[in-house]
Amino acid sequence: MFNFFKRKQSAASAKERLQLVLVHDRTDLTPAQLEALKDDLLKAISKYIDIDPDAVQLALERDGRSQRLVADIPLRGVSRHRAG
Amino acid sequence: MTAQVITVTSGKGGVGKTTAVANLATALAADGKRVVCIDGDIGLRNLDVIMGLENRIVYDIVDVIEGRCKLKQAMIRDKHYPSMYLIPAAQTRDKNAVSPSDMVRICNDLRPDTDFIIIDSPAGIERGFRNSIAAADRVLVVTNPEVSAVRDADRVVGILEAEEKGSPSLIINRLNPVLVRNNDMLSAEDVLDLLGIQLIGIVPEDESVIIGSNRGAPVVTDTKSRAGQAFRNIARRLQGQDVPFMELEHQNALWSAFQRLTGRK
Repeated sequence: MFNFFKRKQSAASAKERLQLVLVHDRTDLTPAQLEALKDDLLKAISKYIDIDPDAVQLALERDGRSQRLVADIPLRGVSRHRAG
Repeated sequence: MTAQVITVTSGKGGVGKTTAVANLATALAADGKRVVCIDGDIGLRNLDVIMGLENRIVYDIVDVIEGRCKLKQAMIRDKHYPSMYLIPAAQTRDKNAVSPSDMVRICNDLRPDTDFIIIDSPAGIERGFRNSIAAADRVLVVTNPEVSAVRDADRVVGILEAEEKGSPSLIINRLNPVLVRNNDMLSAEDVLDLLGIQLIGIVPEDESVIIGSNRGAPVVTDTKSRAGQAFRNIARRLQGQDVPFMELEHQNALWSAFQRLTGRK
């Protein structure tokens, strides 16, 4: 039964794996380099704003044949100033 | 009227480039077009056997380039379609015997008296591939609904874009509708979404393709073959006709249901 369900999803797994591989092939950026980029980016931003490094999301996304680097960087404690 | 030069390429080997070239050329010739096929795979020639012309080769493309024969002498006329010719690859030479400008020159010499020039590119992204795309007005990328073929196709599409060859058209070859229905094969939509280029045809997996290759008679000549129909449709689209895509999803529903019933799924 387990095997049955596993087989069912092989096309979905092929697509997911390809989506990741193609993004890295197209940008010529390995996952390790992307991680290093993220660290550098966080260091640079942290010099100016207080951010939560664990909440940062950085990903390469596809849009047709073009790629974009999408970053979601929640700021820490901004509302405090407004409230005060 | 001057010819349109169409290069068929793929990145990965064994996905059906040569089969596609032979079938599209034959379908175009059957529609009355003047067609010249060029085998761009120097050292590994194959288009001659797929077209059933291997016994007629006297001169090849390198003989033309190096001046040992005239272009006309290297053009082998097809057995069944007198408006179709093959210029074979050299078998004993390396790919450096041909340069991109040689291909451009040969195609320009052929253009005035031809409707379609179809170039069979070798697999890979090296010299032979560069030669094959040099003269192309249009590029067709062949892939299979399978991870390595799609990945390599994407590399080729990227190179074609970087070379400003325009966006190529995609042929999805050897699609198995039963596997797609069972979610065990990437669907045509999946492949299109991943590659992000326009579709020109979907060719279902079909045993008659191998039978045609065995005989040196491309499958388009078999009116009952689904793959043959798919290639005939692509040939019409190349001529600018608007041909609807074949319905592949439902034809094997009964067989698929039978497989599920018998637990062969």
